[in-house]
Order: sequence, then C-alpha cells, then structure tokens
Amino acid sequence: MKILVAIKRVIDANVKVRVKPDSSGVETANVKMSMNPFCEIAVEEAVRLKEKGIASEVVAVSIGNQQCQETLRTALALGADKAILVKTDDALEPLAVAKTLKKVVEQEGPEMVLLGKQSIDGDNNQTGQMLGALLGWGQGTFASEVEVEDGKTKVTREIDGGLQTIELKLPAVVTTDLRLNEPRFASLPNIMKAKRKPLDEIALADLGVDTANRTETISVENPPERSEGIKVESVAELVEKLKNEAKVI
Amino acid sequence: MTTLVIAEHDNSELQASTYSTIAAAKELNGDTVVLVAGHNCQSVAEQAAKAEGVDKVLLAQAEYLEHLLAEDVEKAVMAQEGDYSHILAPASTFGKNMMPRISALLDVQQISDIIAIESDDTFKRPVYAGNAIATVKSNDAKKVITVRATAFDALATEGGSASIENVDAGTHTELSNYVGEELTESERPDLGTARVVVSGGRGMGNGENFEMLETLADKLGAAVGASRAAVDAGFVPNDYQVGQTGKIVAPELYIAVGISGAIQHLAGMKDSKVIVAINKDEEAPIFQVADYGLVEDLFKAVPELIESL
Ligand SMILES: Cc1cc2nc3c(=O)[nH]c(=O)nc-3n(C[C@H](O)[C@H](O)[C@H](O)COP(=O)(O)OP(=O)(O)OC[C@H]3O[C@@H](n4cnc5c(N)ncnc54)[C@H](O)[C@@H]3O)c2cc1C
Ligand SMILES: Cc1cc2nc3c(=O)[nH]c(=O)nc-3n(C[C@H](O)[C@H](O)[C@H](O)COP(=O)(O)OP(=O)(O)OC[C@H]3O[C@@H](n4cnc5c(N)ncnc54)[C@H](O)[C@@H]3O)c2cc1C
Repeated sequence: MKILVAIKRVIDANVKVRVKPDSSGVETANVKMSMNPFCEIAVEEAVRLKEKGIASEVVAVSIGNQQCQETLRTALALGADKAILVKTDDALEPLAVAKTLKKVVEQEGPEMVLLGKQSIDGDNNQTGQMLGALLGWGQGTFASEVEVEDGKTKVTREIDGGLQTIELKLPAVVTTDLRLNEPRFASLPNIMKAKRKPLDEIALADLGVDTANRTETISVENPPERSEGIKVESVAELVEKLKNEAKVI
Repeated sequence: MTTLVIAEHDNSELQASTYSTIAAAKELNGDTVVLVAGHNCQSVAEQAAKAEGVDKVLLAQAEYLEHLLAEDVEKAVMAQEGDYSHILAPASTFGKNMMPRISALLDVQQISDIIAIESDDTFKRPVYAGNAIATVKSNDAKKVITVRATAFDALATEGGSASIENVDAGTHTELSNYVGEELTESERPDLGTARVVVSGGRGMGNGENFEMLETLADKLGAAVGASRAAVDAGFVPNDYQVGQTGKIVAPELYIAVGISGAIQHLAGMKDSKVIVAINKDEEAPIFQVADYGLVEDLFKAVPELIESL
C-alpha cells in the first residue's frame, strides 16, 4: 500500500516567536524553520509501516514556497521514497490545503494519508479532517497507535477522556499525536542518499483548485502580559498568601 | 440569523463545554438552536432545553451515533435543513474531530479555538502556542467555529424552556467503527473545568510520586494535570496533558510542581487566575508567570503543603 504524508514547514518549535510592531503578523525573516513536529511523527510512522512490510511506498508532499524543498529533503532522508512540492508563494488556509491535497491524492492513489494533527504555527487542527470529508474517507485523528490489517486500520486516539480505539476502512486519513512514535534523526548517509531521490515540482496554479483565502487577518498582537509575581520563602507563607491575599483556598 | 450549536455530551449529560459554547452563541445576533446528536439521549436534550439562552433543541437519535464518530456526526449535521448563519462546537477533541469535516463540506474556512467575538464575522484566536493573538475576519457566507470553553463563562443550566424537536439523524457511513475506550476514571473534578488544578512535571521523577499530588489535589478539591514530559515518561495518562497540544485550562488556582514552564506548557495554563510554582531551580521560566513562586525541593514542599491544609 502506498502512503502519502503531508508535511508543513513552520517556525521551529524552539524559537521564541515575536509579533511584528505593525501587528501584521509575526517575524519570519532570519528565523529558523523546521518540519512541523507532528509531521515528523507522520513521516516516521509511514517509514515504520514500510519497514514492517505494510507500506510499499512513502510519498511526502508539501504545499508552499521553494524553501519547502529543504523540508521535503529531510522527509526523504528520514525514509520517504519520493517527494512532491506543490509550489506557491501564498500562505494557504487549511481548506485550500485540503483541496490541494485531494488533487494530489487523486493523482497518486494512496491508501492512507498521514498528516500532523495540528501545525504549531496556525494551530488550526483542521486539514486532515477536511481532507477526509472532501474525499469521503474515514479518519483517525490524534493517533497514538496505528495498526494495519486486511484492508483496515485500527487507530487508537488520544481524546479528552483518555483513549478511544476505532477501526477504519481503507483508504483513510490518519492524523498524528505526540505519543505515536519518537522520530529518528536522519543519518549522514541517508541525507546524502536523499539528494538523489526524486522530488517533483507542480505549480499550484496547474492543479486548478480554488485556493482563494476566505479569511482576513485583521491584526496579530501580543497576548496580555502576566505580571511577574513574588517569591515566597516558605510553605507557610505560601498558604498564608493563598488564603488571605489571593483568597483562592 | 440563527446559530446552531452542536452539543458535546456522553448520552446522559450535557458537558460543561457545551454551556460555554452556548454563551459564545449568545454574543452573536439571532436565535440559538442546539443540536443533540446521539443515542438514547433524550435526557441530554431536556438539559439543553432548560439551559439559559437556548431557543430550540433538535434531537437526532440513532444507534450508530452512540460514540459520536466524526463521519456519522458529519452526516447528522449535514441532514439539518435550517438555514444557519453560524455553526459552533466546543474546541474539545469532540469538536476538533468532527467540525472541520462539516466546514469542508459547506466549503467554509473554519475559525478554530476562538477566545473572543468582536462581531458576527470577526473573532480573536491564539496562534503560535498563544504567543500571538490573531484577529480574523471571515468572508464566508456561513461561519463554522470552534470555541475555547475557558474563554466564555457558561450561562445558567436552569431557567430556559425551549422546545425539543426530533430530527433526521443522517446515515451510518460505516467508514469508521467504534472498537473500545479506555477512559481515565476519577472521582476528581474534570481537568477542563476544575476550580483548582495541581500539575506535575518531569521533576516528579516517577508515577508513584504523583500520589503525593493526588493527595494534595483531594485536599483542595482539585483536578490533577501534567506536562508533556510527565506524560511521555509514562507517569500519568495522556488525558492529563496541559498545553498547546493538550488541554487548555484556566482555573482560579493552578499549582505547577516540578514543571519548568516551556512555552508549550504555558499555552495551556497561563490564563489561570492565580498561578503557584514550586521548583528547585530559581531560574525556571515558570516563575515568570507565577503569582507565587516557591524555590524549594518539591519532595519537601509538597508534603509540607499537604500537612498545612
Ligand atoms: C498569525 C498568522 C496569520 C496568518 N494569516 C494568514 C492569512 O491572512 N491568510 C492565510 O491564507 N493564511 C494565514 N495564515 C496561515 C494559516 O492560518 C495557516 O497556517 C494555514 O492555513 C495552515 O493551517 P495549519 O497548518 O494550522 O493547519 P492544520 O490543520 O493545523 O495542519 C495540520 C496538518 O496538515 C498538513 N498541512 C498543513 N499545511 C500544509 C502544507 N502547506 N503542505 C502540506 N501539508 C500541510 C500537515 O500534515 C499538518 O501537520 C496565518 C497564520 C498565522 C499563524
Ligand atoms: C510540538 C510540541 C508540542 C508540545 N506540547 C506540549 C504540551 O501540550 N504541554 C506540555 O507541557 N509540553 C508540551 N511540549 C513539551 C515542552 O516543550 C516541554 O518539553 C515540557 O513542557 C517540559 O516538561 P517539564 O516542565 O515537566 O520538564 P522539564 O523541562 O524537564 O522541567 C522539569 C522541572 O522540574 C524541576 N525539578 C526537578 N526535580 C525537582 C525537585 N525535586 N523539586 C522541585 N523541582 C524539581 C526542574 O528544575 C525543572 O524546572 C511540546 C513540545 C513540542 C515540540
């Protein structure tokens, strides 16, 4: 079975994000970019399914600008067989990303699409579910365990109350949660090998999808500051403050 | 204009997150209709009908809706005939799971996890782990929205007298089937709505040491939470995780024990009214958001705290 993995290039999780003074967005110039951590987990899962002999081919796809090539090369170094860059300089909204991925799915014919449950910049948590609905496929979101057997996949999901297990008909969409696996690091020989793996480019415009934005970002601002509090010297002082000053216990 | 709220429930109780979502709906113009989709859930519809601010309740019942699988909830919602200007659900794993499907089928760009309503088409939502707050205007004809429950104060659970109408429950897609659930059983209050939360991090060292926090929590009538590091290490189950990619909490009192205060953790708790941090490293970033910081070994401080309550 063929697996398609959708990956997004985002500001690295360790960067302290700064809001631009004119409130138009956040600073992205000279900021370290990386593969979205949930997408790394998705790539790792796909590669493990291949190593187990369940997947035959892993195709990584990203929608974005030329720099996304670098992120796709990382996916190839981690074990993907082929990569596709759908090129655009626009920042697409999840609905547009899902519509674009649907086209790629129609061309590639995978039996499973793996995505991150959310990207750590937009924090939307939408793309996988939207793709599932547009394709008319089932979905296993927030996955912490994925098993594939007899044309079905059993997915254990992290939900608010604990864990839920469902069984999906394939083809299906799966989105990853943090505890699905621990992604490997790319080894130097694999990074070298990745340079020779195929990386196709498609212009977004050639896919004929309506990717017009539906929302406008009016402003991006700093969250309200929390003023730094005080240090207490002892447990007794803490209890006294909580009782008499904060009045919360 | 009419807003449709999709109720989160367990077939017997309407969840607190639904009451908060109704409160958000009341900030929009027009009537509020609540859809209760489920199985044997008449009592949930009755609770919704009594909730303040609800004008009408739609009840869609079918056996396959028992576990509220996203594909089937999607069909139940799409089967509704009313003309809704806004469709709202809580930004819990229930809402996050099914709502984007509905949004995609309506060809609408969903607005996720809103924390404020500026007008019928403009909303505030956190991005980059709460490091920035974006104000977003939707130009779609309909708005599909998930609501951060902690940002909207629930209205009264009694006093309303809306009518209940039985409606079409859609179809069972059979794309997905329920296998089982492993829910964390606890007598303690729910993490998302507790008045007090006691959370532990990697500093707790192991799962057994969390018993200490449970004792403290019981003294305070609190829920127990954790950092990602504590969950990843297997000290506690996944549903304890507070943060950007876990649960968002905003209790009156949040006590962070052995948690360093990474930005992803802060994203889930920094709207708490009073924050207490207990950490042996005085440089730990958690102290920058704590109202009361205690620099001390937690294995000394927590037993003392339990003793003095
Ligand atoms: C402050 C701010 C302002 C913004 N303003 C605008 C704006 O005005 N207009 C605008 O169009 N956008 C804007 N964006 C971008 C936009 O909000 C989202 O980042 C974008 O729509 C994608 O959503 P997401 O990645 O959060 O989706 P999610 O649903 O959280 O992503 C989940 C998964 O989908 C997959 N995925 C997502 N994107 C891609 C991709 N490009 N290629 C391959 N796979 C992908 C990945 O597997 C990812 O893990 C803004 C973002 C921010 C943070
Ligand atoms: C994509 C992504 C998503 C993430 N999502 C989340 C999320 O939702 N929630 C979350 O919490 N994290 C999340 N993280 C992880 C986050 O970055 C941190 O790694 C994590 O929060 C650290 O947990 P911690 O504070 O328990 O551990 P540490 O950072 O290791 O801190 C442990 C603290 O305990 C203190 N300590 C140790 N022993 C004692 C003692 N005896 N007495 C007192 N103090 C002691 C230490 O001084 C230290 O400050 C995410 C990370 C990524 C990349």
